[in-house]
This record gives sequence, structure tokens and C-alpha cells, in this order.
Amino acid sequence: MTSQVSSPAEQADGAVVGEQRKPAGTKDVRRLDRVIIRFAGDSGDGMQLTGDRFTSETASFGNDLSTLPNFPAEIRAPAGTLPGVSSFQLHFADHDILTPGDAPNVLVAMNPAALKANVGDLPRGAEIIVNTDEFTKRAMQKVGYATSPLEDGSLDGYSLHPVPLTTLTVEALKDFDLTRKEAERSKNMFALGLLSWMYHRPTEGTERFLRSKFAKKPDIAEANIAAFRAGWNFGETTEDFAVSYEVAPAAQAFPVGTYRNISGNLALSYGLIAASRQADLPLFLGSYPITPASDILHELSKHKNFGVRTFQAEDEIAGIGAALGAAFGGSLAVTTTSGPGVALKSETIGLAVSLELPLLVVDIQRGGPSTGLPTKTEQADLLQAMYGRNGEAPVPVVAPRTPADCFDAALEAARIALTYRTPVFLLSDGYLANGSEPWRIPEPDELPDLQVQFAQGPNHTLEDGSEAFWPYKRDPRTLARPWAVPGTPGLEHRIGGIEKQDGTGNISYDPANHDFMVRIRQAKVDGIDVPDLAVDDQDGARTLVLGWGSTYGPITAAVRRIRKEGGRIAQAHLRHLNPFPRNLGAVLKAYDKVVVPEMNLGQLATLIRAKYLVDARPYNQVNGMPFKAEQLAHALKEAIDD
Amino acid sequence: MTEALQLVPKAEAKQSMKDFKSDQEVRWCPGCGDYAILAAVQGFMPELGLARENIVFVSGIGCSSRFPYYMNTYGMHSIHGRAPAIATGLAASRRDLSVWVVTGDGDALSIGGNHLIHALRRNVNLKILLFNNRIYGLTKGQYSPTSEVGKITKSTPMGSLDAPFNPVSLALGAEASFVARTVDSDRKHLTEVLRQAAAHQGTALIEIYQNCNIFNDGAFDVLKDKQQAQEAVIRLEHGQPVRFGGELSKGVVRDPATGDLKVVTVTPENEADVLVHDAHAASPTTAFALSRLADPDTLRNTPIGVFRAVERPVYDTLMSDQLDAAVERKGKGDLAALLAGGDTWTVVG
Repeated sequence: MTSQVSSPAEQADGAVVGEQRKPAGTKDVRRLDRVIIRFAGDSGDGMQLTGDRFTSETASFGNDLSTLPNFPAEIRAPAGTLPGVSSFQLHFADHDILTPGDAPNVLVAMNPAALKANVGDLPRGAEIIVNTDEFTKRAMQKVGYATSPLEDGSLDGYSLHPVPLTTLTVEALKDFDLTRKEAERSKNMFALGLLSWMYHRPTEGTERFLRSKFAKKPDIAEANIAAFRAGWNFGETTEDFAVSYEVAPAAQAFPVGTYRNISGNLALSYGLIAASRQADLPLFLGSYPITPASDILHELSKHKNFGVRTFQAEDEIAGIGAALGAAFGGSLAVTTTSGPGVALKSETIGLAVSLELPLLVVDIQRGGPSTGLPTKTEQADLLQAMYGRNGEAPVPVVAPRTPADCFDAALEAARIALTYRTPVFLLSDGYLANGSEPWRIPEPDELPDLQVQFAQGPNHTLEDGSEAFWPYKRDPRTLARPWAVPGTPGLEHRIGGIEKQDGTGNISYDPANHDFMVRIRQAKVDGIDVPDLAVDDQDGARTLVLGWGSTYGPITAAVRRIRKEGGRIAQAHLRHLNPFPRNLGAVLKAYDKVVVPEMNLGQLATLIRAKYLVDARPYNQVNGMPFKAEQLAHALKEAIDD
Repeated sequence: MTEALQLVPKAEAKQSMKDFKSDQEVRWCPGCGDYAILAAVQGFMPELGLARENIVFVSGIGCSSRFPYYMNTYGMHSIHGRAPAIATGLAASRRDLSVWVVTGDGDALSIGGNHLIHALRRNVNLKILLFNNRIYGLTKGQYSPTSEVGKITKSTPMGSLDAPFNPVSLALGAEASFVARTVDSDRKHLTEVLRQAAAHQGTALIEIYQNCNIFNDGAFDVLKDKQQAQEAVIRLEHGQPVRFGGELSKGVVRDPATGDLKVVTVTPENEADVLVHDAHAASPTTAFALSRLADPDTLRNTPIGVFRAVERPVYDTLMSDQLDAAVERKGKGDLAALLAGGDTWTVVG
């Protein structure tokens, strides 16, 4: 098998750049099977961009990878402080991997705050590259270093590389007509160049990216490229870096196909556009900006040439209101938000349940309650999605398991909404939204057919033999009601949030009718066709670990560790939280122990305990970060041995 | 038909008022002003000559919000205050529809105030009928955001404390491109205002003074009683001097000291100074000043008619234009190309 970059290397000026650029061979090269790198700096240091670029280089090289951006909610927290530290972790390997990694092998610390905030996560022996220019007395005091950690021996257990990144960058750019301040800004590209040398990353994509990003400021583009190359050359020539590393492409981990790196929010956006095309319905997004969901609004707003209408509403309520109005008019309607926004949209979701119109409610979960932790991840909106409305208002819930899976989950949520004429929750989270991984790009003809049939004429014969249109006469198989869009002659009808008479849809306060309508709305959702739960079983396993959503990566990594050490454990992961797969009860009862790891205080565990009377054991973490594989493996082992 | 509704298909046959009556029994209290408004709207609709299936009435919650059930068109009775938001999504995604919002003073100005002002500033192609009875009817008689200060109601036994909104002033302040006021019992005037609103491109707000004969009976009697109305009501007509009262003895003039408007007795000396109403004035300043003439307690000097009707880009048109422009610039969306964008690599067998 081979792996190759499909775009041809660009040789703008004949210099040695791009694919062909390889260390000269005068230094040792070591082969590694995987590496975890964390870039850390001030919020303004461009660490997310640096991480993104390294990720793109790594993806185009063909490694498997997983990323974890971690940044403060403040746009520019005070410089040099611990709360202002922004980091980006990347795990890449020559084989199939599942998580961004527990502990970095390499930390790039752009200032003392970045060192202090991250050094605790490093195993002994890890490499630390620090920007010594930022280790001034004042900067160190600001974060509580009484003595310089670079000199006081506290980092003796690590492999420390002190590099004057700022000075070297400014020196490399001295021929450019830039102020010192402007030149300093390119220090992240110097660091990226150095790391690219260390790990033999292809550099052509980054240079192309910089030229396009700064197309209107070619001087800045060239300066950044010069800094990037200077960083590479520094690695090549300086004696401090004696070794560079190779991590071979993960060709065997990937089925044949064309790949790209993709984040959860991008995959989800593409999934929505694909669903619109597969349903042959225009996409309408009503949304109000909220972290970490706003990127979906941004992305969809770029694709108006797909007939996508994006509406930035005055508030969360208007966002979903406009979407519901568009659904009434025959659009594939979507609203995107996070937990606090769901709280505001609840009444309208209830209306959508009553109107029985298709509507996607995308919740990119974050730490709660209230404003909580806007930029950190959590899975604590499951019960809100299930029950957070007045009355009996069942809503199907679908959850993606990895960043790339957000694409398929969006299509699945759209399938349910369109087939059953119901609002559907799509529960992603901050970790999936911003994290990324390689994605095999599907061919459009692999995508599911989501075509819907609008009502075209009368569907009921009255006692006197005349034909009528009954907006609440149901499809006997799906229990869905007809979708009759305005503009269809003869089907004029009125719908509303007041209880409706079965069939006619007219207002009805009849007690027996209400009882019937409550039960049939529930029956419709309960009867949604969802695939059976697949179990990754293992002979002799008496313990099942059950997860949902973004814990898939850490749980699967933990399961692998356990099995590698001879432990026996079965694993299953839920995509459908409402309704549950038909076989879930049988699956749960087939094991002595069921462990449910969640980034909440046990919400799925509560649901399955209530529904299946299974003594599920919750294992919970709500620290704003995904589980670490080692920690989970330890917890699962304890459960197995218990 | 006017340019505003040019994308809406026309009715194939001549329509009559009964074509717009649904089969549902009307359930407002006997004597409610809503009946008169319903009759006026049903009576006016045939004049538009639009395909009935392309007309949608959207409402929120309140007595007036039952309105869509009685119109034989498409309709949605939604939730409290949200009708402008829901109608915005519908109108912005379906330019072939004529979308009407029916709301009340509580629905539009209290719980849904945010949606109302934003619909107005966006200038979505909506016609908003705001039934103002200055009371909460459906919840049985609490004061509303248009009730006069000191109003004694169930929730304000010692009198209400909050100053009321003037819906016309509010709409003008919210950048509305069309603002009018009319009265439930004056069918001719109401119909004429509907006519002008329907012809308007963008959001039209019509405040309709509507009598709640159960909880706030006679709230607008001063504007309805022939004798009193002559002195109380100022009928605005574009291009006409703003005069009213017996023998048009009163007029509105600009106070040179403040620039504000005031009511004076018209004399041969000041007759030339009487304001000539210009509904199409670019600036809303004079329309706003007119909206402030009425005394909120006695309703004396209440202007009715079209305060403002100006052309302004319409949101749904602009949105649609951007979609067309995007196709022109980038070509029609190609899903395969989109998915395969960015840096890619190929794994071969």
C-alpha cells in the first residue's frame, strides 16, 4: 500500500520546499509508531493555527491522527497569564488511533504560563521546547515561578530544548520591511517549521496555505514562509536537535479511498448540505451565535450556491422559530446551538412535536449549567434533550461518536426527521466539534436517499363520499402525518400548538382524544426504525462497557488496552438514544456487569436503569476534558475484577 | 397587482368573501371587535386575487391569535410572541407566499417584543396585524403593555405602574418601512389600510384599535362616537394638510421654537403653516412626531391612517439575491467537489 498527496507539490521559486524536503541525513533518524505533540502559548500566539497546520501536514502525509484544541472562553485573556493559555494537542501514528492521546511526548511552550499550565501533563523524559525569549523575570513571576524553571533543575527529568524563538524569528525576517512587533508575530511559524523538521512533515501545504491566507498581503505571506523555513533550517543545523523522527503513514489502517482531515463541526455542516441534496429540499438554518456551535453557522453561510439559506436571528428562540417556519414551507430546517440555547428553544421544540414537522436541533454540548464552560466539552444535555419540555413531548436523539462521524449522524438525524415528521436532536459536543481526524470522503452515490413526498391531494373520504384533506391522518407504517406545504391547492389547513383532533387536526379539548394523541405521538417516536446495537464482544467477557457520543474514542482505546493485557471486556456504543435500539435490553442482560462512562453524572446510566432495570454502573467525569484512555482502562479493569 | 406580491401566483377564478371563510366555528366572545376585523380581512382578500393556497396566516397566542383558524388559507397558530420569527423563516424561504401575522398587544409588544422589532428592521415581506385592545383578554383581564398608567385590573388592584408603549412610535423607532393605525369598527378605513399594506414591499405594521367588550369595554369609544371622534381623530392622508375637528377647524403645525408638532386652531394667518402629510418622507422624524400627538390617557388627537410607507430593500429579496449571486460567482453547488475540498490524500490498494 502506498499513501500519497493528491495535490501536486508547488515549486514557486525553485527552492527546496514541499514534499521533497527531507532532512539532509547528517543526523540520526528514529522511527516511532506514534507521537503526541502539544503546542501551548498565549491566546494571541496563534497556537490553534499552528496546530491546525501541523495537523494538515500530518493528514496529507497519511498518518492517522486525532486532535484536541483547548482554549479559554476569553478572546484575548491578559497576556502571559495561566487563564490565557491556549493549546492544541495532536496525536498521530502509523496505525489506527482513537484519541488525542493522554500525555504529550513533546510540549512546545511559547511562554512561562504555557509551560506552567502544561508541564504537569508530561511524562518524565518528554521533550520540552521553550521559547527562552519569553522567560523574563517578570513573565515568570506573573505565573509564580520564583526561579527560572529552565535553570533551577526542576525540569531535569525532561529533555529540554531552550530556543530563543522570538530572536531567531526576528533575525530571520530582518530583510523584510516589518516592525519588530510584526516580525515577532511569525514566531509560531518558526516553531511549526522546527517541529515539521523534527517529524519529517511535508511543508508544501503550509506554504500554499500561507500564500492564500495572506493573498492580499504578499509581504506578510513571504515573511511567514521565511520564518517557517528558518525554523526548519534551525532544526537541520543546530546541535541541540540531534535526532529527527519518522512516523510512517498509517496506510494499513485505512481502507482504500480519498481522505481529508475534518473537524466535527465541518463534518456536521457538510452532512447537513448532503442531507439537503439527498432530500432534494432547500436547507434553511435559523441560528444565534453560541460557542461551540457558531462554526456551523459560519460554514453553512459560505455555501449559498447550494441554495443554503442561513438566518442569524435576534435570539435563540427566533433561530428555531424561523427554522420551524421554513419547515412548514417545505425546507429541510435546522437550528444549531449549545445547551443554554436549547433551554431557550424548548417551547418551540414542543411546538414542533405538536405540529409534527421535520426539524433538526443540533446541540453542540458544552460544560454547564448556565453559561458553564463555553469552550470545554461535556455530555450533560442528554436528559435535557430527552425530557426538557412541558407535557409529553418525545423527541428522537441521535449522537455522533467521532468528528468525522458527525457527517453520517447529520444524515441519520435528517432521515428520521423527514421520515417521521418530527424534531430530532443531534447531540454533538465541544470535543467532537473542534477535534479532527482523517475522513474517507464518500462518493455522493454512497449517500442515503432521503427523498420525501409532499401531500398532493385529498387523503380522506368523508361519510358523504366527498374527498377531504386531513392533516393529521397518519401513515399506518410510520405514524407520520402528511407534509402539505403552502402553495399546494386544495390542501389549505391550519395547525397549531393546541391539542388537535386525531385526523382532522381541528382544535379538540376532548379528554379521550388528548389521551389518544399523547400516546400516538409517543408511539410514533418509539416506533422509529433504528438499527440494532452492534456489540464488539469477546469470548468470555462478563463485563460490557456501554457509551454514547464522543466517549467512543477513549472507551475503545481503553478496551484495546485491557484486551492487550489479557482482560476480557465487551463494548457497545449507542448512536440512537431515543428510541434505543430494539435489542438493547437483551444486550444489557447478556452481561453480569454494565459500565457506562459519561462526561456527566450518569444520564445514560439513569435512562437504562429506568428502562431496563439493569444495575448499570456509571463512571463519570465532568472536568471539561475528554476521558483519558489510561484512566478509563483502569476504571474498567476495576469493574471487571470487582 | 402590485410589485410586492408579484411572485405570488394569482387565483384562477374570481374569489368572494366566503372563499376565505374556513369551516370552523368562530369562538370569540359575542361583541368582540375581532369579528369586525375578521370580516374586513375576509372581505378584502378577494380584491388581492391571490391563489388562496399561497396565502398563510401565522399567529402567536391570545384571543386575536385564533384568527388563522377562521381563514380558509394555510395557517399556523404558534406560541406566545413568536409569530414574527416563524413567519420570517417562512417568508424568507418562500417568496411565492403572501404571509400575514396576526398578533395582539401582549403577544407582539410584551413576550414577543424582540421578534417584532427585529422583523421590522429587517423588512421581511410580512403584513403584521396588531390587534390592540390595551388589555390581556385570554388570560382574563390583566393590564397589557399598552394599558394606560394607573389601570385597575386583577393584577393591578392599586393601578398599574408601568408607562405604556405607543406601538406606532415603537415601530417607527424600529426602522419600520410601513406603519399604520386603524380602528376595528371603521371597515372602510381598515380596508383601505389593508390595501396599502398589501401593496407595500417589506414589513407592514398595522395597529388596529380593537374593543374587548369583556375586560376593557369602550376603550376606544372616544374614537368611535361620531361626536367625539370628530374632535379626537386625526385622519392622515398622504399629500393632504393634517386638519381635523368640526369644519376642519384644527390643524397640526410645526412649533418653530422646538421643531415638534402641535395642534392649533386654524386661522387664515396660520392656514399655510398646516403640515402636509408626507407618508413617503425619507426621514421618520415627522411620522414619529405625529405618533406622539395622541394623549395616551384620553386618546385625544389620535392620528389614524398610514404614518409611513417608504421603499427599502426587502430582506427575503436580498437573501434570494445573495443565493443567485453565489451561484453566479461559484457555480451551482457541487457536493462531490465540496466534500473533496481542502488537502486530500489517497490510499490505494
